[in-house]
Amino acid sequence: MTTAVATPPQPAAVEPPPAPPEPRTLPRWAWALVVVGVWIVVWSFTKGQDTLALGAREHTDLHNEFTEFRDAVLASRDTNPIIQFTYQLGSWFTSAVEWLQRMISIPDFPRPVPQIGWIGVTAVATWVGLAVAGWRIAVLVALSFFSFGLFGYWSDSIDLLIVTFVAVSVAILVGMPLAVLLGTTNRAGASVINTVLDIFQTMPTFVYLLPIVLFFGIGASAAVVCTLIYALPPLIRIAGHGIRSVSGMTIEATDSAGQTSWQRLRKVQLPMARKTIVVGVNQTIMAALSMATIAAYVDGPGLGGPVLSALSKNDVGGAFVPGMLIVVMAVMLDRSTTAASEASEKAARGRIDLRKRRIVLAAAAVPVVVALWASRTYTDLAEFPENDLGSSIADGVNRFVDWFIDVFGGVTEWFKDLITYGLLNPMQDLLAESPWYVSAAGILALAFVFGGLRALVPAVICVYGIWFFDLWHDAMITLNMTLVGTVLVMVLALIFGVLMARSRYVDLLLRPVLDAGQTIPPFVYLIPILALFGPSRFTAILAGVIYAAPVAIKLVADGVGGVSSTTVEASRSTGATTWQEITKVQLPMARGSLVLAANQGLLYMLSMAVIGGLVGAGALGYDIVLGFSRSEEWGKGACAGITIVLIGIMIDRVARAAADKESVTHDPTRRPWWRSAMG
Amino acid sequence: MSTVTDRHATTSASTADAALSVRHLWKIFGKGADSIIGTPDAELSRAELKEKTGCVVGVKDVSFEVAPGEVFVVMGLSGSGKSTLVRCLTRLIEPTAGEIVIEGDDVTRASQSQLRELRRNHASMVFQHFGLLPHRQVIDNVAYGLEIRGVPKKERRAKAAEVVELVGLTGYEHSYPDQLSGGMQQRVGLARALAGDPSLLLFDEPFSALDPLIRRDMQNEVIRLHHELGKTMVFITHDLAEALKLGDRILIMRDGAIVQVGTPDEIIGAPADDYVRDFTSEVPRSHVLTLKWVMHEPNGDALEGPVLQADQIVKDAARIVLDHQGPCRVMEGDKLVGVVDDEDILRVVVAEEEVKP
Repeated sequence: MTTAVATPPQPAAVEPPPAPPEPRTLPRWAWALVVVGVWIVVWSFTKGQDTLALGAREHTDLHNEFTEFRDAVLASRDTNPIIQFTYQLGSWFTSAVEWLQRMISIPDFPRPVPQIGWIGVTAVATWVGLAVAGWRIAVLVALSFFSFGLFGYWSDSIDLLIVTFVAVSVAILVGMPLAVLLGTTNRAGASVINTVLDIFQTMPTFVYLLPIVLFFGIGASAAVVCTLIYALPPLIRIAGHGIRSVSGMTIEATDSAGQTSWQRLRKVQLPMARKTIVVGVNQTIMAALSMATIAAYVDGPGLGGPVLSALSKNDVGGAFVPGMLIVVMAVMLDRSTTAASEASEKAARGRIDLRKRRIVLAAAAVPVVVALWASRTYTDLAEFPENDLGSSIADGVNRFVDWFIDVFGGVTEWFKDLITYGLLNPMQDLLAESPWYVSAAGILALAFVFGGLRALVPAVICVYGIWFFDLWHDAMITLNMTLVGTVLVMVLALIFGVLMARSRYVDLLLRPVLDAGQTIPPFVYLIPILALFGPSRFTAILAGVIYAAPVAIKLVADGVGGVSSTTVEASRSTGATTWQEITKVQLPMARGSLVLAANQGLLYMLSMAVIGGLVGAGALGYDIVLGFSRSEEWGKGACAGITIVLIGIMIDRVARAAADKESVTHDPTRRPWWRSAMG
Repeated sequence: MSTVTDRHATTSASTADAALSVRHLWKIFGKGADSIIGTPDAELSRAELKEKTGCVVGVKDVSFEVAPGEVFVVMGLSGSGKSTLVRCLTRLIEPTAGEIVIEGDDVTRASQSQLRELRRNHASMVFQHFGLLPHRQVIDNVAYGLEIRGVPKKERRAKAAEVVELVGLTGYEHSYPDQLSGGMQQRVGLARALAGDPSLLLFDEPFSALDPLIRRDMQNEVIRLHHELGKTMVFITHDLAEALKLGDRILIMRDGAIVQVGTPDEIIGAPADDYVRDFTSEVPRSHVLTLKWVMHEPNGDALEGPVLQADQIVKDAARIVLDHQGPCRVMEGDKLVGVVDDEDILRVVVAEEEVKP
């Protein structure tokens, strides 16, 4: 390990020039190198001391206190009004889900089959697709539903849809009024709501689960609640933003006609924000689907369950089929909501012959009714015919993976080792094997260097919190994975983002791939990576990189593409080379997007670091996963959850402060920061 | 100058008949704006006040009256407070102090529901950037004011169709705003304002966003509508030519305060200060001034030749005067008020030639 440390952990430090002597002109990155240098020196004398490492099944008094608190809450469930309320709420959700399940997905005793069999459900879904979005979507829906049955996961697929549907319905009921509030309140009110949403959105998905299990038990109710909580912020934020962005001139003009505020909302603000609201609903559905998959951890019904159990057995083939169906469902939901909004836009503008459409829909309803009736009446038609397509695909995938590892195992191992020994381990040694006070001082010093006092204050609070919850060592390992992953994400984002911004063809080629990538629940990414690299920290990081890359690449591409073409033209007219054009004009001017991309990358990585707890990511993710499965580990898991949140907040605050500081002190005549860093 | 103040005084006396009367209207933006009015701070210039209190004066102690059927133009450069002023009239912006009376109703003291009633039935506004609803067809945009009043669909569509025809948009009823040119969109804005049959129309730089040819058409359209419908209009513009073309009277604003109020020939003939003079220096004076401004005392001249009226525009009278050898008589009604000769006319016309490059 010691030899590896000779390579400084910051990639920018590969060719470190001696920092200029006069401190006044020392750029921030040079200061950061100084901090890291000092850190390395101190580390080499003190490594292994006071690292606060805690064994896998060890807990501290604090963790036990949390577990006791959980036990106390559970013991008081008959008397505690809060628990009674949440349990009541949860039982409503459960009964809604179960009722729907009996209708369309599981046998409704004494019937051997659901009330409506697969043919009926598929027919109705197809008809709905036809009604809201046209025949192309209807075909897509029909094929998707058919594939659910064909691959042997009919019930699980429909369960996942049911949980998503229930959660999204509640999210819209609760979220739209809040969105209207956000869209119409004054600036102070909006900033309060936005801050709350920020906190929710910085929280990695997993962290919700432990407290939700406490208050809602496990199963369908917990699944609906965590899905709801996760899916709510995008709707409120996007729809609220849409309502807020309605042209002030139009509002003024219609106000001058003497409308009431209700008329303003209903006839002006909501219709004009309709497109954005639909985008919000789409985002909410996609978020709900991805969370409903993860809810398998709390025993939620749906496709997440088989993926999870296969992953924990390292059965890639078994995870592949349900994972693929999740992707199918994601694409189906995404395409249908988008197409539905386009179709309704057309209808609203009178470009659709309504009479003809009604006739088509009525005609199409006839076979639907027949299918409904048939699948209710004949149990043979209610169940999808047995076949072993799913399991033979799983076997095939396993065979392919074995072959692939045989042939290319060397390459994947090489790549894995390169990142692990070249980047991951040295940094982890420094962060986690330093005495905790040295790491803490190092982190705080870096926070101060990058973000000044505004970053230091939240960093002090978060570092103190991380220390307080007694999982310092694990926290450092998770932080390290997150940082390494983010570096990789940013490398990808810069390369592909710039390429996309500079070439229309690359953009046309990549953007659909990235869009598709963004609709896939993060869970699914683990499957192929696990197949290639086996369970390890690296697997979790790579899955995180792939999960975070699309959003980061798009942010960079849009940022660089948004640079005024006049400025680029002006620079070209002075004879700048392409490289100069990129590094001196486009990237500096897109700096805001770069910072945002890095920030998003960090948060995505953090949430993947936890999901990856299952596939050998270890550290906090493992603590949390263990907290679900072992009741005596609940306290430790809860502490790990809180620690993750603290890491997330710290990273977020430091990144924002750094971005703000940069933009305040930014002097366009100065060299961009990464050039300064390289000397 | 004296003429201007006289005229101002006479209109002030006839408050009862005024369609719109504004007295000592103030709008100050910023914290603690209420407490400034009445203190010596209120006398400070805009920049000084901003320096001292952080507040910005939008409208500063403005008073004027508009007679029924009059076209009253408020003119000023950007930042002069004219748009703030017109928004204060129906309290789209809450005035800080002062009184606004529209057809005898005190707007400043109106409750929210009274205010809505006023906006629905008495005063409509046309905006620079149209402010149309992009998700509604032209006909439903025009009917919007009626819709929020609760007029049934059939009735309001019928009424809207009439107005659409009036502004010359027949055939475009079912188009959406983004399918129309800027000029046509503003016709929709105009139609929307007219649909409620208000007695007072407010225009906030309605044609500034249009290109010059369309702007001229739209100005003529407003003149035509004014002739046909006889509505009282308050028209905001930064374009002096537009102001002179449309206005019965013009109010010139600078830094939130009134610089001068008067008829077009008064503004040109007797500018209140250097600011107005500078402003009006490039206007072809012969096109605006009436004979009253160029005639001289009939001291000993032979009182014969053609008779001209004092309010006749110089340009129109020039041919007659120049054709006639010697001075012509200028009458106000039956009363002789002065004479005008070739030199009087040429002084105006030739001076113009010198101004022009």
